Amino acid sequence: MKSNLKLFCSHAGSSAAGSCWRQEAKMTVHNIYIFDRNGSCLFYNEWNRKKQAGISKEEEFKLMYGMLFSIRSFVSKMSPLDMKDGFLSFQTMNRARETLQHIYSNLYVELVVKNPACSPAPSLDSELFCSRLDAFIRSLPFFSPRAA
Amino acid sequence: MSRQSNRTTDSKKMNSELFTLTYGALVTQLCKDYENDEEVNKQLDKMGYNIGVRLIEDFLARSSVGRCQDFRETADVIAKVAFKMYLGVTPSVTNWSPAGDEFSLILENNPLADFVELPDNHSTLVYSNLLCGALRGALEMVQMAVDVKFAQDTLRGDSVTEIRMKFIKRIEENLPAGDE
Repeated sequence: MKSNLKLFCSHAGSSAAGSCWRQEAKMTVHNIYIFDRNGSCLFYNEWNRKKQAGISKEEEFKLMYGMLFSIRSFVSKMSPLDMKDGFLSFQTMNRARETLQHIYSNLYVELVVKNPACSPAPSLDSELFCSRLDAFIRSLPFFSPRAA
Repeated sequence: MSRQSNRTTDSKKMNSELFTLTYGALVTQLCKDYENDEEVNKQLDKMGYNIGVRLIEDFLARSSVGRCQDFRETADVIAKVAFKMYLGVTPSVTNWSPAGDEFSLILENNPLADFVELPDNHSTLVYSNLLCGALRGALEMVQMAVDVKFAQDTLRGDSVTEIRMKFIKRIEENLPAGDE
């Protein structure tokens, strides 16, 4: 992502991830994290999350950011190619990048950055952003949870 | 109020006079509010910084520009993409330092100063100092600490308007403390 934010949307099929990742129809959106450059979690929401971590959300955010940070530094050290973009996303689904870019360009920038009353840190408190993001995620063709 | 969140990310054109005149009114008011020009310069820089910090997000979202590999690429993007997008002008990039960490933006015309004549009692006012703050703030958000200042200004009798940019350091991204 060409952004200052780290958006991480987990939507890998849960237990059967290995066998069905190609079938987008079976995908679903579990939850989303938006981190700023300093690692604080600006925004979190969940839709079809079936398993909770069993730790506080604050701890979970730290763990998630730590993992992403580590992956990024791992990728940049291991890649034989020039890392122009660095770590982007787990490739679980073709449209993930597009979707994340849309969330950044059309929702975050339009509704948070351009709203002078809204400061991103420490966490987003824009109702408009939250409801638009929720509506957008729900409208994704792969949103609905697969039939059990 | 309904805001179109799915509008196209093309830039909307607006009358540049409105922008220029609004900026002029701002500077005029600051000159009334503060005793000396130095303080006005400082306030303009600060406001510019606050704008730049937000503007970079808009810029990244709208342009398809990725991470710059070096300062030369940064200079190109600033002059050819960013200035074009927001001010409708394309400054030329010149006067590179041998180390490649300093360059100048030469503005043929400065859109902020279209109708301006500086009175004699404001000889130290850097009229368009907001630009410096905006450049500094925006670059800081993409991990570059840069020093920006006006080296020449047609408003002060120079033949061209020159913004001098000096790369200071890369801001390292670190894990927040205590997050092992």
